[in-house]
Amino acid sequence: MTATDDTRSPAPSGEGAPREEAPPAAPMLDVRDLRVSYRNGERTVPAVRGVSFTLDRGQTLGVAGESGSGKSTMALSLLRLLPSTAKVTGQVLFQGEDLLTAKWARLRAVRWSAASVVFQGAMSALNPVRTIGEQICEPILLHDKVGQKAARARAAELLDAVGVPSRRLGSYPHEFSGGQRQRIMIAMALACRPDLIIADEPTTALDVMVQAQVLNLLGDLVRESGIGVIMISHDLAVLSHMCERLAVMYAGRVAEIGPSRGLIDEPRHPYTRALGRAFPTIGDPASRLAPAGLPGDPPTPAELARLDEGRGCAFEPRCSRAVAACRTDTVELRPSGPGREAACLLAQEGSEP
Amino acid sequence: MKTVLEVRDLTVTYPARRGAAPARAVDGVNLQVRQGEIVALVGESGCGKSTLARALVGLVRPTGGQVVGDGEPLGYSAAALKAYRRHTQLVLQDPGGALNPRQSVFDAVAEGPRLHGLTDRLGERVHTALAKAGLRPPEQFAGRFPHEMSGGQQQRVVIAGALALEPKVIVADEPVASLDASVRGEILKLILELRDSLGLSALVVSHDLGLAWNIADRVAVMYLGRIVETGTVEEVLLRPRHPYTRALLSVLPDSGEPPVLLTGEPPDPTSVPGGCRFHPRCPLRAAEPDPRCDGLDLPVLTGDPSASALAACHLVQ
Repeated sequence: MTATDDTRSPAPSGEGAPREEAPPAAPMLDVRDLRVSYRNGERTVPAVRGVSFTLDRGQTLGVAGESGSGKSTMALSLLRLLPSTAKVTGQVLFQGEDLLTAKWARLRAVRWSAASVVFQGAMSALNPVRTIGEQICEPILLHDKVGQKAARARAAELLDAVGVPSRRLGSYPHEFSGGQRQRIMIAMALACRPDLIIADEPTTALDVMVQAQVLNLLGDLVRESGIGVIMISHDLAVLSHMCERLAVMYAGRVAEIGPSRGLIDEPRHPYTRALGRAFPTIGDPASRLAPAGLPGDPPTPAELARLDEGRGCAFEPRCSRAVAACRTDTVELRPSGPGREAACLLAQEGSEP
Repeated sequence: MKTVLEVRDLTVTYPARRGAAPARAVDGVNLQVRQGEIVALVGESGCGKSTLARALVGLVRPTGGQVVGDGEPLGYSAAALKAYRRHTQLVLQDPGGALNPRQSVFDAVAEGPRLHGLTDRLGERVHTALAKAGLRPPEQFAGRFPHEMSGGQQQRVVIAGALALEPKVIVADEPVASLDASVRGEILKLILELRDSLGLSALVVSHDLGLAWNIADRVAVMYLGRIVETGTVEEVLLRPRHPYTRALLSVLPDSGEPPVLLTGEPPDPTSVPGGCRFHPRCPLRAAEPDPRCDGLDLPVLTGDPSASALAACHLVQ
């Protein structure tokens, strides 16, 4: 762990140290009170219920949560990639411009060239009937206004950068292994030298060894280029290893946010603690023949809709430390340590929940 | 301790597609599961672990070797297979896909007993199985349909379906891979409880070494159709000897040691390298080449559970 920290530190940390070309103005990405709900016939189902955070160039933010926590919806809504049944409110200020109200043409210019996405499941995200060379060249031709030849050269350079031999530009997606396809997705995301990459479960379907290779690659690229990264995953251990800061989402809200080490070592929210214990550390006697789970299930969409109207903590039904106030009080994020916040009535600075 | 499930020199070869060589998915495996024991079979995708699991429950017919359940070699007539499946049950990954969406929980769990003609006091049998799988009170769940349940509850229904036949062994193929982090621990706890209360044995197939640490007594690491290292969980995961096991452990986020990233293509069962099958990717061999690595085949590990840890490697013996 320390080795990674050491190599990471020379990279621009962003926090409190804005880069020269950007005057000490606003952060690169400033998300304010983001809310997303899906229309489902008569009903409206809330998926993201008020999320705010900022991200600068060279910063990495990991977003953890279970299925239904709203983490993918939140990430995809930043670039308005959700279907038309989704209603998005709030502000997504990217380099000073609100992407939620931007004109369609403007948004298309931002996608790929300034901010790009690495989707999960590279097999379905890549077009099976076109060569990967064509697919990597497409955004370059569209955004960089260069010729075919220059685009091919850039595509070859990108493939080499992600460790796929560039002579395979003419191959089709099915001719690659799962890990290679995910690398190709990363190459595409890097094609137009973006400032922000949103990686939605980039390694979920991969084997441990391939996952380690892809994460290593992503980490190197971020350090070298100073790109800002938002990485979505259900695996807290992977995120804490890759990202400086972590946000843990539960039921459409941020339950806890702060520096990764602190969140893992001293979680302030009981849900962060439970999620951290779900994947054991091999060699830790406390978890040997003692899997740690969390009774109950995350709230269903119907329960979420009820929660959105009422008060109380969404995690209360599954929380072993809940008190009466957890059912009646409004629970907002509150400071819980240096640079961190937790949405728990019992969370205080310096105390574990 | 009595051995309840065993494979001896098992091989499963899938016939060649046009222009390709046959795939040696399982290429010589010895493995034993004793009564009340949980054995984890771990490896990356394509290593043959799922094929081995399917051969263990008689869904794949081995090309060579034997599956032995309760001391009896498995026969492949319909009647022999049916009898065998009261003894060994399979739990599949992805409960959403394993359950019929139009079948109620009661019917899903009752399917096995009905096929086996165990219709005497069927209701009682189904409710007992549901309760054992942690769906309590069972009456409340029996009438539901899969879409009315969470992923964790669906997996409990699948496990209840296996328990309804009162097997001695369950073979679980990635039982928690499709479940959420917080639910994962609850299902693993259930498997441990079933072992403690019913004396059930289990072979759990997974890519997740943390799962082995959480619930298994012994672990077998599979690479390209063979078990390359086996022993107690403490022996294999805390003091790994085989370079492949060591590499797998080193890439875990909390390993605390520099990750050993294996290079080269994922292994291909249609072209198994000669000598040690791991030699093209082996970091040990890269550091100190030895002519045995690519020249001398390794014997199949005996899989004797009472022996100390075994590793199939020329360099670490």
